[in-house]
Amino acid sequence: MALQVLIDRRTLLLSSAGAAAILALLPDGAHAQDAQALDASIRKAIGDAKPVEGRITLTLPEIAENGNTVPFEFVVQSPMTDADYVKAVHVFAPGNPQPEVATFLFTAASGKAAVNSRMRLAKTQDIVALAEMSDGTVFMTKRIVKVTIGGCGG
Amino acid sequence: MSVKPRIKLPDLIKSGDVIEVKTLVSHVMETGQRKDKDGKPIARNIINSFTAVHAGKTVFEAKLQPGTSSNPFISFFMKVSGPGDLVLTWIDDAGVKITDTVAVKIG
Repeated sequence: MALQVLIDRRTLLLSSAGAAAILALLPDGAHAQDAQALDASIRKAIGDAKPVEGRITLTLPEIAENGNTVPFEFVVQSPMTDADYVKAVHVFAPGNPQPEVATFLFTAASGKAAVNSRMRLAKTQDIVALAEMSDGTVFMTKRIVKVTIGGCGG
Repeated sequence: MSVKPRIKLPDLIKSGDVIEVKTLVSHVMETGQRKDKDGKPIARNIINSFTAVHAGKTVFEAKLQPGTSSNPFISFFMKVSGPGDLVLTWIDDAGVKITDTVAVKIG
């Protein structure tokens, strides 16, 4: 099953190859291999589920001067009851040597599916966050961050 | 590595509240990507797991990857079902476990 991603508000569903091509066309150094690595990581995290946009809000600075610590914050809209809650949120930085940033696991006892933390960014890139709901649906969001000084290895 | 983590809870907590818990722990979070001055890779050593257990119930967990910054700061939310200890545990690749307990007092 090809992973399908909803881009912008258009109901344009893209196959993983298509998504890779689109990401390759993005400015600021997003590469096809980044997209492939991201696709592999997403597949590992959520299997065959098809992410749709919405319900998760990701907040990041527009410009990160220091890629070593970039604050990020997300909130997922959910009643957080035993019947309907956010199971997990996966955060990816596709332009990093390893795209996985972290996975956060919630239960109904979390009360609110929101986290504030800090990530490393090697370069300017689109940060992707996926929210996995208890009913198996997956929501996604994307935010671009411009990085002045990279923060991975070297 | 035995530096005490910093944990901040709201001053006033009522039963049923959803509270924010802010945590900060000291750790290099070595990614495994860097090389030492002889060009040898430095082995990866990051905190890969963080768990928060309140009154015996897991309220939040994080699986951290190399993309998380050093000295990881994590703030999360939990629903306070009643008084009880909040046990926070960080475990790194070397198996070092950092743990701290704070009492959630209903006031």
